[in-house]
Amino acid sequence: MELIVAVLLTVTTAATPLLLAAMGELVVERSGVLNLGVEGMIVVGAVVAFAMAQISGNPYLGALCGALAGCAFSLLFGFLSLTLVTNQVATGLALTILGLGLSGMIGENFVGQPGVQLEPIAIPLLSSLPLVGPLVFNQDIIFYLSILSVVGVSWFLFRTRIGLQLRAIGDSHGSAHALGISVIKTRYLAVMFGGVCAGLAGAQLSLVYTPQWVENMSAGRGWIALALVVFASWRPLRVLAGAYLFGAVTIGQLHAQALGFGIPSQFLSALPYLATIIVLVLISRNRRLTLMNTPASLGQSFVPDR
Amino acid sequence: MRIELERRPGHSALFSVLSPFIALGLTVVAGAIMFTALDKNPIDALYSFFIEPLTEVWSLHELAIKAAPLILIAVGLSVCFRSNNWNIGAEGQFIIGGVTGSILPIMVHQWDSWLVLPVMLIMGMIGGAAYAAIPALLKTRFNTNEILSSLMLVYVAQLFLDWIVRGPWRNPEGFNFPESREFDVEAILPELLPASGRADLGIIFAVVATLLTWFMMRYMLRGFEVSVLGQSARAGRFAGFSANKMVFFAFLFSGALAGLAGISEVSGSIEQLQPVISPGYGFTAIIVAFLGRLNPLGIFAAGLILALTYLGGEAAQISIGLPDKIARVFQGLLLFFVLACDTLIHYRVRLKFVAHAEPAGEGA
Repeated sequence: MELIVAVLLTVTTAATPLLLAAMGELVVERSGVLNLGVEGMIVVGAVVAFAMAQISGNPYLGALCGALAGCAFSLLFGFLSLTLVTNQVATGLALTILGLGLSGMIGENFVGQPGVQLEPIAIPLLSSLPLVGPLVFNQDIIFYLSILSVVGVSWFLFRTRIGLQLRAIGDSHGSAHALGISVIKTRYLAVMFGGVCAGLAGAQLSLVYTPQWVENMSAGRGWIALALVVFASWRPLRVLAGAYLFGAVTIGQLHAQALGFGIPSQFLSALPYLATIIVLVLISRNRRLTLMNTPASLGQSFVPDR
Repeated sequence: MRIELERRPGHSALFSVLSPFIALGLTVVAGAIMFTALDKNPIDALYSFFIEPLTEVWSLHELAIKAAPLILIAVGLSVCFRSNNWNIGAEGQFIIGGVTGSILPIMVHQWDSWLVLPVMLIMGMIGGAAYAAIPALLKTRFNTNEILSSLMLVYVAQLFLDWIVRGPWRNPEGFNFPESREFDVEAILPELLPASGRADLGIIFAVVATLLTWFMMRYMLRGFEVSVLGQSARAGRFAGFSANKMVFFAFLFSGALAGLAGISEVSGSIEQLQPVISPGYGFTAIIVAFLGRLNPLGIFAAGLILALTYLGGEAAQISIGLPDKIARVFQGLLLFFVLACDTLIHYRVRLKFVAHAEPAGEGA
């Protein structure tokens, strides 16, 4: 029992950054913007969160700054792709390349330092439930926020007026503009939300998952998050399921490495990446389904006519 | 203040030429600001970053060594990007090319003949192309997003190289270091001017690839097909071009060049396999491709410039104690500025100073 809880706890820790980053990107893509800079925003969030936690000694301030850094970084993407209508694919890549470089430079002095960890917050009564208690109600704040993001995004997208507008923009920015919805403003807000989520995901990596700073510590999670959004066919609850599936694969291969089995560790480490490809293939094989779910103006630039 | 874009009737020839230079200028300015923020004299720092590596002959050789893989990969990527195929996994194709090209000098090292080197190079190209064929196959057959699949394969390739160097190909006489055996003389890419530096044939491959690709894009039907399908898949269909065949062509072409770059790097400058054989050439080449405006000749110049940022990073680390990571920041900034300046080609940018934004307006 104890062992099961311990293993499942590591799964939630591995799944949380994927879930947060993917949830942010889901909102961005629903508004019709493809931000390939998730990896860059995560890694910048991670280094800023770590640095601020280290300097102030307060991991909560660190997490907050990580989220803000992710947001600021996403604005760079927003300015180029939305205001200057640059190619979104290339701009997103630029964000990732810059993020990896910048984080390496900021983090140079923090390599190898023992970090400050975000401690779990036990929710009274609920946390003493068997199994569910320690798993769901005795976690760090970023875990709670990640779960909240699923509920919040689902409610926002499908139950609010502005959520409907955001989806309308993603499906046909021309029509939305003609209706008087402000396309660019909404997209800016969506991109910033994506930045906050990715920044928090990064903060989780450097304050919870492995409380230290390692260069390139995002290790492709931003890209996996992007794949998760496709896998989830742009639906929040499926992102939740996908993130935990990938969390389980990641942890599973780590345990398999520990046990040996005679399989080279590199092959096991490659599993999450291979699993991403396989899952993408399975989900996108059905062209009709993909076409139906993909926001119709995804990745297309919009210049308002007046 | 608001920024408004107004579409130009055609594209601006002036800015097509100017935009990369504006971008470079802005990057240098941003660099100066960054150096000042790091408490370094910006003039000294910029000098040791961008000028110092050009002042000595041996370091010009180093420039050629760094530029060759960047140009080879970027020229291939330009064909991909022009045909609207987003191969982001050139880094992986580079690595696999390095591995498959090394099969001969590692496993059959007894064989010494002048044939070794050509066979190695061809096997490197085949390896890179085969690895690039995976995302192409998945895209055409299963409609899988090639950006994500090609990128995921980079991580897989890095882990594969790590395994093969530490495992089956570890040098038996290497004191347990994670390295393959050192290549024999006939498996090493000859140097061009051994008297003055270590530049090897790689840069010649880059020149040839640049010229051939330029010729293809400009004078051959295939090049026309690339542009048409890239700009409008529908128009391409009417012309009888097959989009699926183009996906394969673009990926195999860029994969083969990345593979050639990989084996040239391994055989020319590392001379054995190591757990890491690329300082991110495959990703930097994306910047090279865009800075060169996806034109092979422009890419050649852009490759030299980005190679300079690698050398400058090393030089600045030694002479003024800046972290070498700063090179990557420069590269990222450069791509941002290039993309931003390219907007000027198709749009007039107007700054509007108005007290009240229109209600159906556009933010920020």
